[in-house]
This record gives sequence, structure tokens and C-alpha cells, in this order.
Amino acid sequence: MLRYAMVIDTRTCIGCGDCVVACKTENNIPAGLNRDWIVEATRGTYPDLRSEYRSERCNHCSHATCVYSCPTGASHYWNNSNITVVDPSKCTGCKACIAACPYDARLIMHPGGYVDKCTFCNHRVAEGLDPACVSSCPTQCMHFGLLNDPRSIVSQLLKRRKHKTLLPETGNEPNVYYLT
Amino acid sequence: MIEELIITTRANTRVDPILEIWTWEISVYLFLGGLTAGIMFFGALFIILNRQDQARFVTTQLPLLAPIVLSLGMLMLFLDLERQLWVWRFYTSFQPTSPMSWGSWVLILVYPFSILLILTYLRKGYPFLARYFERIPYGSMLLDLSEQYRRQIAWVSALLAVFLGIYTGILLSAFNARPFWNTALLGPLFLVSGLSTAAAVGVIGGRKTGECHLFTRIDIGLIVLELVIIALLLINLSTGGTIQQKALGHIMGGEYTDIFWYGFILLGLIIPLVMETVCLRLSSTMMIIIPPLLILMGGYLLRDITVEVGQMTSWTQYEQQYNAELIDEIREH
Repeated sequence: MLRYAMVIDTRTCIGCGDCVVACKTENNIPAGLNRDWIVEATRGTYPDLRSEYRSERCNHCSHATCVYSCPTGASHYWNNSNITVVDPSKCTGCKACIAACPYDARLIMHPGGYVDKCTFCNHRVAEGLDPACVSSCPTQCMHFGLLNDPRSIVSQLLKRRKHKTLLPETGNEPNVYYLT
Repeated sequence: MIEELIITTRANTRVDPILEIWTWEISVYLFLGGLTAGIMFFGALFIILNRQDQARFVTTQLPLLAPIVLSLGMLMLFLDLERQLWVWRFYTSFQPTSPMSWGSWVLILVYPFSILLILTYLRKGYPFLARYFERIPYGSMLLDLSEQYRRQIAWVSALLAVFLGIYTGILLSAFNARPFWNTALLGPLFLVSGLSTAAAVGVIGGRKTGECHLFTRIDIGLIVLELVIIALLLINLSTGGTIQQKALGHIMGGEYTDIFWYGFILLGLIIPLVMETVCLRLSSTMMIIIPPLLILMGGYLLRDITVEVGQMTSWTQYEQQYNAELIDEIREH
């Protein structure tokens, strides 16, 4: 299985929201819906506070519970990779995958009614391009590539830097990494 | 103090701030699915045990309700779909990892058997319907065959009924992402509750045939078993990880506490249990009718509370908007 990963440097992310806008533009996401979002995490007690910005989206899990819960095969792994996508022509809108996602990263597309989510811009990946959010990041804190390739930028960064994933305890094996 | 605040607007409809993807349609379906399972199970059980005479209403007449109740339930499932025109997609594939896929195929199997189960006793239970049925082509032959293979049909129906009853719980319990649902006890709980609601219908319908005493006794056993499973469920969630303990908080002090304890446990289980125990000695019509109605209400409340609370529970703990309490937390420590 090909493992595509996104590596996001929380030390250089400034929470500008360009990734969110790029995604909406690239994928024609209707007003009021979002495939990605930014979290400002603050820890500590005043005055000793630390904050971290995280650009979040679907984690394209290697063990994707949404794919396993889909009764029609509409939610599936794209092209023998961990990229999880929905085929609208098979989606009944039963919403089992929304209930199955521990990251609450899925949404009901309006007005189509099918379930929608981040696709890692697989239409761009197929052409060898980075996802729109990664390409548009003004601080270049976002990186994308194959974990199977030890020379890829993502593999290199994960080798060198301290990192974490979100809620690994769910057992979903998420593939969006945050450098800390 | 940890505050995780979404700073770009994320207000995906029916996902934020808490899931509202499944509403009353699903609760009604889970209730009706359980009821169907119970009706088929008891109808088949007394045929298998060869004790039809003890349960004439439940074996010969009650099964007529099964396909009707099931159709209503499936209508609810259909109404819940966001894309109803794509409903046939359930039947163009089988996904072994998806409980919902298993369920949709089992429903297709349950349907013909719920009808065959009626046919095994149609001539006895509904003579006027049987006369109509005999007039349609092969009708009479089908009735003969159903009567001939009554025990075999009963065996398959009983197995399918157990599967249907337990699946309605497994459907929810298989979601690791929703801590309140993620306990294997939900399957047995929904099965026992479904059997109990069907026994309640047996009590109401069996008033004249004298079965009500038998089904009152069966129901007492089932309610006690249901209370035991609920106790286990509470122990299971309260000794789970942080998110499961937090999920349990919704019915232990949270906003669903009153409806769960007073509505479901007290009014839907304990009061009918006490009334039924008393009713075994003195039988007045009111004492026979009221407990089953309370049990049916309790059965629905169980599904509704489970569906709603489950969706309020999640792994993510984002703040979606400004929360003044967090500012106080920063100051206090």
C-alpha cells in the first residue's frame, strides 16, 4: 500500500488560514462547509502559556474506520494508497462513515447529499502535484509526499524532527504528522 | 489547562458542534427492528418447542405484524438517507467489515421468512385471509408447503430474528469513534429489549387466549435480564478510559440523566416489572394493559437516548466558539 503523508510544522505555522481558502477554491466547496480547518491549541497557566497552530483535515488513516463502516463501498482507498475518498455515485447518504470518523473530518455535501471529505487533492496527486493547501502555504510549513520513499521530504522530516499525530490511541493509524 | 479552539469557521451542518446525523428515524427503526425480531422469535420458538397450544395468539396471529412493523422500520431507514434514489446501492455490494451492509442483507432475508412464518399458521390464525390467499396462483400450494415445513421455517426464522435483534445494537457498538456506543453490551441489550417489547405485545394481544400470564412471566424474566445488562453496561463505561467516562456523564448528571433514569429505567422497566409481578396474582384489565404499554415506551426511549447521547460523544474536544469559562480556568490555577 502506498502511504501518502502530510507533515506540518507547528513551529512555522502562523494560523493564517490560507490552506482553508485554497482548499475551498480548488475543490469548489460550497459556503458553510469546510474540508480543513485550523486549531489553535493553548496549554498552561497564565502567564506561562504555550500555543500551537495546527492545520487539520482528514488523516487518511492506514486503518480507516470510515472505509470499513461503509455499506456500499462508496468510501474507499484510492489507487492502492491510504488516500481515502468517497465515490458519490455509490454513496447513499447513510452517514455511517461520519459516525465512524474519530476526527469528525467528514461532512454532508450540500446540496448533493453525499458525504464529502478531504481527498489530499488526489486529482493533483495523480499529476504529481502537491495538494492545494500545501502548495499555497505562505510559510511553507506544510509538506506532502510518500512515506514509502525514504528520500521523500516527508520521510526526511520525520527522521530529523520530533513529531506527533492526532489521537493515535484510536488505532486508526493517522497519516497527517505535526512537527513539534 | 488545554484549550483547542477552531479559529477558522468550521460549522459543517449536522457535524458541528456535535453530530446530529441520525435523528428520530433511526431511533424508530431500531425500535421497530427489535420488535420485529421479538415477534418472529417468539412465534418461531413455540413452534420449535411444539407448544403452539400454550401460545396460540403469538404463534398463529401475532406474526402478521412482523412484516408490517419491519416495512415501517425500513421506511424509516429510507427516510433517513440523504440520497434516497441511491438506496439500491446497498444491494450492489456486500462489505463484510460494515455492520450496516450485513444488516441490509439480513433484512432482505428476514422479509420472506417473516411472511413464510405467517403462512405456516395462516389457515388457523386468519381463516378469511387464507381463503383469499388460496385463490391466488400457487397460493394453496404455498400454504401446504409452509405447513409441511413449519418447523424448518421456524428454525430459520428464530435464527434470523436473533441476528436482526442483536445487529441493531452491533450497528452502533461497532463505532469506535463514539465512546458511548463502543461497548459490546449494546448488542445483547437491544436484543433483550426487542424480545421484551414483543412479549409486551403478546401480553396485550393474548388477553383473551390466556397467554397473557405466560408472556407476563416471560417479560418479567426479560426485564430482570435487561436490568442486569444495563448494570453491566454502566460498569463497563464507568471503568473505561477518559472518553468513555465522559460519555457516561451524559446520563449520570448530564442533560439526559432524568430521561434515562426516570423515563427509561423507572417508568419503562421497574414500574412495569412491579405491576406485572402483582398482576400475576390479581388480573384486572388495566393492570394487564398498562405495563406492556410502558415497556413499549421504554423500548423506544432506550433507542432514542442511545442514538442521541452516542452522537454527543466524540474523541475530539474542540471549542467551536469563545468559552468564557476557560478564561477563568487560566486564572484559577
